[in-house]
Amino acid sequence: MRVLVRPKAGILDPQGQAVERALPALGFDGVAHVHVGRLIELDVEDASRLPEMCERLLANPLIEDYEIVEA
Amino acid sequence: MSDTLSPHRALGLTDAEYELIVDKLGREPNEVELAMFSLMWSEHCAYKHSRKLLGQLPTEGPHVLMGPGENAGAVDVGGGLAIAFKVESHNHPSAVEPFQGAATGVGGILRDVFAVGARPIAVLDSLRFGELDSARSRYLLEHAVAGIGHYGNSIGVPTVGGELYFEGPYEQNCLVNAMALGIAEHDRLIRSAANGPGNVLVLFGALTGRDGIGGASVLASAELDEGDADKRPTVQIGDPFAEKKLLECSLELLDRGLLVSLQDLGAAGLTSSSSEMASKGGLGLDVHVDRVPLREPGMEPFEIMVSESQERMLCVVEPARVDEVLAVCAKWETTATAIGEVTDSGHLRVLCDGEVAGDIPVPALVDDCPLYDLAPAKPAEPIYPAPPRRVQTDDPRELLLALLASDNLASRRPVFEQYDCLVQSRTVRRPDEADAAVLMLPEGGAIAVAIDGSGRRVACDPYRGTVEAVLECAANLACVGAEPLGLTNCLNFGNPEKPHIAWQLSESVRGMADACRALDVPVVGGNVSLYNEGPEGPIYPTPVVGMVGRLPEAARAGRLGFAREGDAIAFCGPFQPSLPGSELAKLRGEPLPDGLPELDVAALRRALEVVRDAVRRGEVRSAHDVAEGGLAVGLAECCLAGGVGAEVDFRGAGEQLLEQLFGEGAGGFLLSGPRPALAALAREAPTTLFGVVAGRGEDLVLALDGGATLRWTLAELRDAREGPLAERIGA
Amino acid sequence: MRFGVLRFPGSCDEVDAQLACERVGEATILWHGDRDLQGVDAVVVPGGFSYGDYLRVGAIARFAPIMESLVEFARAGGPVLGICNGFQVLCEAGLLPGALLPNKTLRFVCRQVELVVERADTPFTSACEEGERLSIPAKHTTGCWYAPPELHERVEANGQVLLRYAPGESFNGSLADVAGVCNEAGNVFGLMPHPEHAVDPLTGSTDGLKLFESIREHAGARV
Repeated sequence: MRVLVRPKAGILDPQGQAVERALPALGFDGVAHVHVGRLIELDVEDASRLPEMCERLLANPLIEDYEIVEA
Repeated sequence: MSDTLSPHRALGLTDAEYELIVDKLGREPNEVELAMFSLMWSEHCAYKHSRKLLGQLPTEGPHVLMGPGENAGAVDVGGGLAIAFKVESHNHPSAVEPFQGAATGVGGILRDVFAVGARPIAVLDSLRFGELDSARSRYLLEHAVAGIGHYGNSIGVPTVGGELYFEGPYEQNCLVNAMALGIAEHDRLIRSAANGPGNVLVLFGALTGRDGIGGASVLASAELDEGDADKRPTVQIGDPFAEKKLLECSLELLDRGLLVSLQDLGAAGLTSSSSEMASKGGLGLDVHVDRVPLREPGMEPFEIMVSESQERMLCVVEPARVDEVLAVCAKWETTATAIGEVTDSGHLRVLCDGEVAGDIPVPALVDDCPLYDLAPAKPAEPIYPAPPRRVQTDDPRELLLALLASDNLASRRPVFEQYDCLVQSRTVRRPDEADAAVLMLPEGGAIAVAIDGSGRRVACDPYRGTVEAVLECAANLACVGAEPLGLTNCLNFGNPEKPHIAWQLSESVRGMADACRALDVPVVGGNVSLYNEGPEGPIYPTPVVGMVGRLPEAARAGRLGFAREGDAIAFCGPFQPSLPGSELAKLRGEPLPDGLPELDVAALRRALEVVRDAVRRGEVRSAHDVAEGGLAVGLAECCLAGGVGAEVDFRGAGEQLLEQLFGEGAGGFLLSGPRPALAALAREAPTTLFGVVAGRGEDLVLALDGGATLRWTLAELRDAREGPLAERIGA
Repeated sequence: MRFGVLRFPGSCDEVDAQLACERVGEATILWHGDRDLQGVDAVVVPGGFSYGDYLRVGAIARFAPIMESLVEFARAGGPVLGICNGFQVLCEAGLLPGALLPNKTLRFVCRQVELVVERADTPFTSACEEGERLSIPAKHTTGCWYAPPELHERVEANGQVLLRYAPGESFNGSLADVAGVCNEAGNVFGLMPHPEHAVDPLTGSTDGLKLFESIREHAGARV
């Protein structure tokens, strides 16, 4: 399974901003709304427990959203 | 047979060296043995081209507790305490991957220090890159600094000083030299010699992977296709969190008296650590590679022996105490495994599942590497191109601003603010407060440390340039009131097989030896990095010196800023400013001069001692060594550090004005303090009172012949000094 | 009066915090793996890089066994001071409002900063005066304090902001220049700057000592 963690919309994301600034400097135009998050990959026996894992440890619900994806 | 190189040549061994190996073994080496010889007999491990020269350096002194040859040198600082320290280079890895190269450079030097039983208390770094006009140099700078900060900050060791220079010849070969200091009680210092046949060899720390194997991969028995290239990374990745645990674990093992000896794993991994431990003890070791905990499945014995995975240590433990050792490691969440035994065979044997995979007499690996004589010859033609011209004016007012804004002189604040200089609560003088870092000792005294190298001036004159570098380092210590106790050095040079580089190296080592003897400062350890050159040519010959000294009262540590309105300003010392080879000459695009002026080392030593003693007695309010940019730059730095102006007299300079303002050379100290105290120094060393400290926020004013003046506001001096570098590195 | 200073794998400034506490009382290091707070009167969660800042700053440390005891201690009104990484851990543990994001410059910065005391009537600032300026070093990569709008409003309205960066002094971009906040009950306080590095005239300013003196005054009175 994969968990994608990203900064909540509206939160200051300096890493996303830094990447958004760097791309045009390398010749890549037409890029907007860059956000930088984290990928966590794991094998779980009981996938129903994933949301709880995300709420308690893998993401900080105050500042991050998470998405659970099949690998 | 195809055109492929024979394996030994692909690994960097000459035919003659290979023959010697066959002779010592009495047979051809197998792949494990060949891999081990190729590393142990490499320049990096064996110092083939420099070992004979290094024998000239003085290594003894009344304060020396551990000299060259151990993981770090150590000096006595009083109160039963020792400071262990060393400097090492990580140049080539940093050019490939600057963040990890610099980070693992810091990690490696820290391990050398706690491997002798000392708790690391400070890091300093000496960095040299090409000119900042090049995007590559900006990239290397940004990432090397980030890597040093990442590693040092995470592990809780303050980075308290350093130096940073930009010169064309470093464009293809940057220099990253890292120095570390540690503190220990005398009787806690531990050596690395393996002892006691029957004792157990324990490997602890990170798991072993394929890091750093790169070059030896030609030996792989399996066929490699393209996709497998990234299974053999040449870049080592550092993990400061793992090292923090390793550090605490090692110190606790030593505290509890559980270890017979300790060694860290660095270049050439298990091979060099185990063979050196055996060599120093005059014994042998059996290493069972099948017991080494691995990060990657299916690693071959030669890979396990040459892996450079970071954050690992090796220790020798009495059999009865192995369980306790494993328990301490478990507490610190550090993997630990018994992987071998000390023997009296005099051989290093590599065993895999009970079979002998390699068997080499220890002296063959460690001591019998052939040492080469250099064939030095002074170059007939200049080696280095003149630097590009950057200033057009001769107006001294504009020149001072141009110098302050130049990349070699601008404020390093955007760099040093990326380092934690405070953790461990010992820092009495932070970067930019004084010429050397000062760290307090438990009972009132303090140690001072500085790192100083020189490239361009050593290129002008390898002998005198190196003497100057040693003197400058001692001068920086004197300005905080410290007496030098010992020195570590890193010699960064090009290819020593070329006669002109051999000449640079020989002259430089001769200069270092003479300077150390003249100052009575012993060399307690160091490092050599050769072959720093590319198609564009070699780097400037760059000896880097790290010096540790002691001062009796932390509260009296010197500062560099002018402090009080009305204080007299003097320059002290046999200072003979000259422009050739100076930063101004560089900005003017002048070719390097052939030779530097002669130095009166005895007079220079005398001046150092006079300044040091005056600082200790609390008689001077500030002391600053005059270095790059000369007196005018020094004055600007003292004003800015104190936030005050000054009025200084340069009348009578006449035709020599630019030389007096911006000329460089050893032996110049800018002091401020009460007039009578400064005047009294004239009895002991050449001293000229030539100025007065002005009030907060006032201008720096220089009086010239004929009633003319040069005037700068503090704001414009500050803007010149603090703007450019910050912008260049995107701070 | 005894302070307990927590130590996690990767803590760096715990000994510094212990030294600072020892200037006003006694101090003991408490290992993360133990549950016993050893009857201390106040707890300090120190700076550093607990667990290498892996996953998220403070995210793993908050689950250490010692933290269970800390949470009970805090719920019972015990004074808790979180410094830098400690502040991050307390936010992750839900004992303090908001979260710490990466500095707006994305770089680690070590710099002496001026703070303004917003309130002097708390167990952490009683030795200061309202409006007083404190010179204290800050050194971190992830110190930008953030709270969603309604939470931020509540925090301000309740007077939970005890320290702010003086105008122009913040390098991390914290919302409303917040340098240190306490919980609603006022017994748990976290700040990014390091008061334990401002207690010795030999190493710089001594303004940080006032925070420790405040805790001692208050904790001494609790018995």
